[in-house]
Amino acid sequence: MAIELKDIEHLAGLARIAVSDNEKKTLQHDLEDILAYVSQISNEGYDIGMPEVGEPRNVMRADDEPHESGMFTEDILAQAPVRDGNRVFVKKIL
Amino acid sequence: MDAKNLTIKQAHELLISKKMSVLELVEAVLKVADGARDLNAYLEIFDDVREQVEVAQKMIDDGRSTMMTGIPIAMKDNILIKGKIASASSKMLENYTATYDAFVTKKLRDAGAVFIGRTNMDEFAMGGSTENSAFGVTKNPHDKTRVPGGSSGGSAAALASGSALGALGTDTGGSIRQPAAFCGVVGLKPTYGSVSRSGIIAMASSLDQAGPFAKTVEDAEIIFDCIKGYDPMDSTSEPAGESPDFVSSDERLGRNPDNLAKKEPKKPKVIGVPTEFVNAKGVDPRVLKNFEESIEKMKKLGYEVKEINLASLKQGLSIYYILMPAEVSSNLARFDGVRYGYHANGANLLDDYMRSRGEGFGGEVRRRILLGTYVLSSGYYDAYYSKAVAAREVIKKTLEVAFRDVDIIATPTTPTPAFRIGEKSSDPLQMYLADIFTVPVNIAGVPAISIPSGFVEEGDALLPLGIQFIAPHFGEDALFATGKDFEKMLGDNNI
Repeated sequence: MAIELKDIEHLAGLARIAVSDNEKKTLQHDLEDILAYVSQISNEGYDIGMPEVGEPRNVMRADDEPHESGMFTEDILAQAPVRDGNRVFVKKIL
Repeated sequence: MDAKNLTIKQAHELLISKKMSVLELVEAVLKVADGARDLNAYLEIFDDVREQVEVAQKMIDDGRSTMMTGIPIAMKDNILIKGKIASASSKMLENYTATYDAFVTKKLRDAGAVFIGRTNMDEFAMGGSTENSAFGVTKNPHDKTRVPGGSSGGSAAALASGSALGALGTDTGGSIRQPAAFCGVVGLKPTYGSVSRSGIIAMASSLDQAGPFAKTVEDAEIIFDCIKGYDPMDSTSEPAGESPDFVSSDERLGRNPDNLAKKEPKKPKVIGVPTEFVNAKGVDPRVLKNFEESIEKMKKLGYEVKEINLASLKQGLSIYYILMPAEVSSNLARFDGVRYGYHANGANLLDDYMRSRGEGFGGEVRRRILLGTYVLSSGYYDAYYSKAVAAREVIKKTLEVAFRDVDIIATPTTPTPAFRIGEKSSDPLQMYLADIFTVPVNIAGVPAISIPSGFVEEGDALLPLGIQFIAPHFGEDALFATGKDFEKMLGDNNI
């Protein structure tokens, strides 16, 4: 399983993780090792037919009786790294 | 009072007969914890312990006590306690204060348990040694040059050192059972869906499950009884019959529910031993010898031992190291440095993300996110992820078939006793291979318990070993029954 440095860069970009040049080489080596190991799975011909599927049931909360507005706002905003009044502050996107 | 060897059951009796106050108990345990600081088992001892003690004592005085009232408990650092930091041992969440209680926290709080502190772990529960913690490694109380196991290593070490009477951990691929084995305590991974995941920092959601560490099987049962139960906040929580729209997995799958939905605990009689699987490459001969001796003892207790073939379980590790990182890469996408957690300032928003995640996550977490991104990416998805999903069904099926003939399956918990700090930290694949006996259990979603089964001599130290008992879905009662038999036979060598 050949993983190239540019693959690591691509994956890091997709995962939104800044990776140093040194670490790219370590990751390249580790991922090759791990993928070679887990590739064993590809060598086995599995055929179990149709997977068993359960009956669907509603796991969502019914859309009624909302909690009191603003009850959690302060607790949650207190965790934001940068806030601006009652909102989380982010840099301009466009 | 010998706080180190006191069980929950014994403490409960002393508390309700007023032979001991909650304050005396908690202070004795805190004293032990203070003397065991060098283990680095606790990341923080809470400053509101005294207030919790008062609440618990009042419950006892008012006759409203439960088995858990006044019992000092250690909580793994990925379980939310409102108002307390929950860092998952990551720089990413170093200053994150939980905004709500996890379901298990609420259950324990309502029962009057006293949260002593939060325990060290591998970052985001990724690892088997606590060496991946952003806050230093935890040491094994039996030999301080060795790891306590992981990822719930802090909880296991805290309990084994007597710094708590019980502890909670989480188990995604063995993270309760493996440290329990390494530290010589009991650890239970409950059936997937029996304990709510609400308020537990997610790693791989189809595998994660919270469960207890305890000094005895009976204590593990007491904690499990307290924390289990249906929770509408976890969509995979199993509504155990009380909800009108409840359909059991058996009914859903068209199986005969009489086989599994046994309410009255049936005493297990037949133990299945997958000899070929257990004799895998890399298993320490001393572990095998101890396992064989344990099985002989079970025979003497009147259990029938049957040889079973679980060859497909060998695929467990490959399946696990595809599904788990895939789910990790998706679950950990939420840490963006915007809404909570570590934030690094970059040139623009994208740069904020890249730097916050690059600096906030440790090496193993970054590795698993990239691995997960790889197995899910276009062109590789079919070769890895879909194959692993299909193979997962094979493991489930294999176990389902095996449980037609046997009540319990036994394996060693780990292939080796606790290894040295640093021994495997530079080779992730070697570290992963230590999960061989524990991961198939999570893949199938069945319950399993690790129980101390003896020791091996290593230099001056006696290192504990564990035996793992596996039961069918919702078969915790069978694990407790067999576990108590096993424990009784081993006598007092396990505390």
